[in-house]
Amino acid sequence: MKKNIISLKNICVSFDGERILDNINLDIRDKEFVTLLGPSGCGKTTMLRVIGGFLTPDSGAVQFEERDIKAVPPHKRNVNTVFQRYALFPHLNVYDNIAFGLKVKKLPENEINRKVKEMLALVNLSGFEKRSVNRLSGGQQQRVAIARALVNEPKILLLDEPLGALDLKLRKEMQIELKRMQQRLEITFIYVTHDQEEALTMSDTVVVMNNGVIQQIGSPVDIYNEPKNAFVADFIGESNILDGLMVRDRLVTISGKTFVCVDYGFGENTPVDVVIRPEDITIIPPDGEHIAGVVKSVTFKGVHYEMLIEAYDHDWLVHSTKASAVDRTVGLSFGPDDIHIMRKTEG
Amino acid sequence: MKKLISAPYLVWMAVFVVVPLIMVAYFAFFANGHFTLDYVANVSQYANIFIRSIWLAAIATVICLIISYPVAVILTEADANYQGTLLMIVMLPMWMNFLLRTYAWMTILGNNGILNQLFGLFGLGPFKLLNTRGAVVLGMVYNYLPFMLLPIYNVMAKIDRSVLEAAQDLGCNRGRVIAKVVFPLSLPGVMSGITMVFVPAISTFIISRMLGGGGNLLIGDLIEMQFLGNSYNPNLGAAISLVLMIIVLLIMTLMNQFDADDRPLI
Repeated sequence: MKKNIISLKNICVSFDGERILDNINLDIRDKEFVTLLGPSGCGKTTMLRVIGGFLTPDSGAVQFEERDIKAVPPHKRNVNTVFQRYALFPHLNVYDNIAFGLKVKKLPENEINRKVKEMLALVNLSGFEKRSVNRLSGGQQQRVAIARALVNEPKILLLDEPLGALDLKLRKEMQIELKRMQQRLEITFIYVTHDQEEALTMSDTVVVMNNGVIQQIGSPVDIYNEPKNAFVADFIGESNILDGLMVRDRLVTISGKTFVCVDYGFGENTPVDVVIRPEDITIIPPDGEHIAGVVKSVTFKGVHYEMLIEAYDHDWLVHSTKASAVDRTVGLSFGPDDIHIMRKTEG
Repeated sequence: MKKLISAPYLVWMAVFVVVPLIMVAYFAFFANGHFTLDYVANVSQYANIFIRSIWLAAIATVICLIISYPVAVILTEADANYQGTLLMIVMLPMWMNFLLRTYAWMTILGNNGILNQLFGLFGLGPFKLLNTRGAVVLGMVYNYLPFMLLPIYNVMAKIDRSVLEAAQDLGCNRGRVIAKVVFPLSLPGVMSGITMVFVPAISTFIISRMLGGGGNLLIGDLIEMQFLGNSYNPNLGAAISLVLMIIVLLIMTLMNQFDADDRPLI
């Protein structure tokens, strides 16, 4: 078990009477790639600013290697940030941007030179030293921003939606590159994004947030396969979220039919949320035993077809490599493992 | 279409900028229809007044800069809701008539003025405050301060906040953020502020007349005298104006050279 590098304890932040972070407790282990995931306005950037020192929480403690750092200003924290829109210094060239932190620390000139050169090589920008940052593409600016932060050898790198402004292909490339850098440099990355796919691809741990509250902390596989509540299920990938009734342990009623499932401990005759992933549903001929519905639409998505099937007033989302004809009645088949039961959340 | 829209402006520029300039040049070089260099050559007699004007205007400009820069920093760091109010307080004196404001200083600085009465209470003075070069510089600073503050504030307010946070993130304390990031990025504002204070200050005649007495004539007074005063001589007045214009242009070009290594902003 690796030790905790950052611990947030009971952090609360409000702006103009509005709760942005509501009693946040989070431990981040050393050398981990942690992603804060959630819709915009969920408080994930605020959390990053608390860790970076740009924002003092109203209450609670921020610990760095078990020491409280709530009163430590940003320039004295061993943490560097890659800002949302890069925030490069427009009056400096690529070299001077990257060398900025080292020059502030008054390192010897030849050491600065060596480190900057190394960083430029790491982010594939060798030869760009004298280039004005205003004449770089978005992807190149992104790399400069990463190099400028990493060259200081921080214990923690904070990244605030760093790939948001890049096109899809470049984003995918940078995701892999960032992950590789993180593993090679053995630095803790705390990464903020609203893109669930990005979070699942890169992270060791995903922290799902909504309305200033942590919804679930877990590995990408756990978060995807075992969402704790309907919000997480809905936010991480596409889901069918249905009203169900837990008859007893391992038995649930959905849309008037009763199914065997693997969940237990919800009590008897308890209303629950049931989540079934669209790719876990198989379309079969209607047999009276399974839920049956009418195909309303079929959309080609490349890898699969996306179908909407209406059954018992609910539109089921189904992914399948084979298309059904619109208006045909079909059966929906899924196994006990595919049914995820969660407690109803208030509101 | 585009041409049509710009036509009124072109006409305006021609009538009120180009034609007067040509007229000034004409009067400077032609007397009674004959070309002459006499008037331009005569300007050299007034070298000491030129030097005094440049010197006092330069001092006033530097003082304006020293006062305005910290104020601009404080303004931009203030809560966004209060920035407008604070700016208005700074601008408020500007709404008063220029002459009135300068007259007010006469009553403050005079031998029986408010300041000297105050000193008198402690058994000091009276000091000669009015009709000094110091009073002229004070008048310039007081009147032209907003012209320095506004352009600096405008440029500074547009600096991306996240760039400043990036500097903090990379190890800069507040002072270093200003020195290493805010100052270089605010230079265009400083440059236009210097122009907007220096040019009116070097050619003022009201301030020097009212606060400087007869002994601290500036170029503006000299020019005014050639057109309205008892030494009526429009040709010489035009020649002095022309030389002043060239000097200002030269100084400004020099300043821009100094600023030339600055890269384009954003």
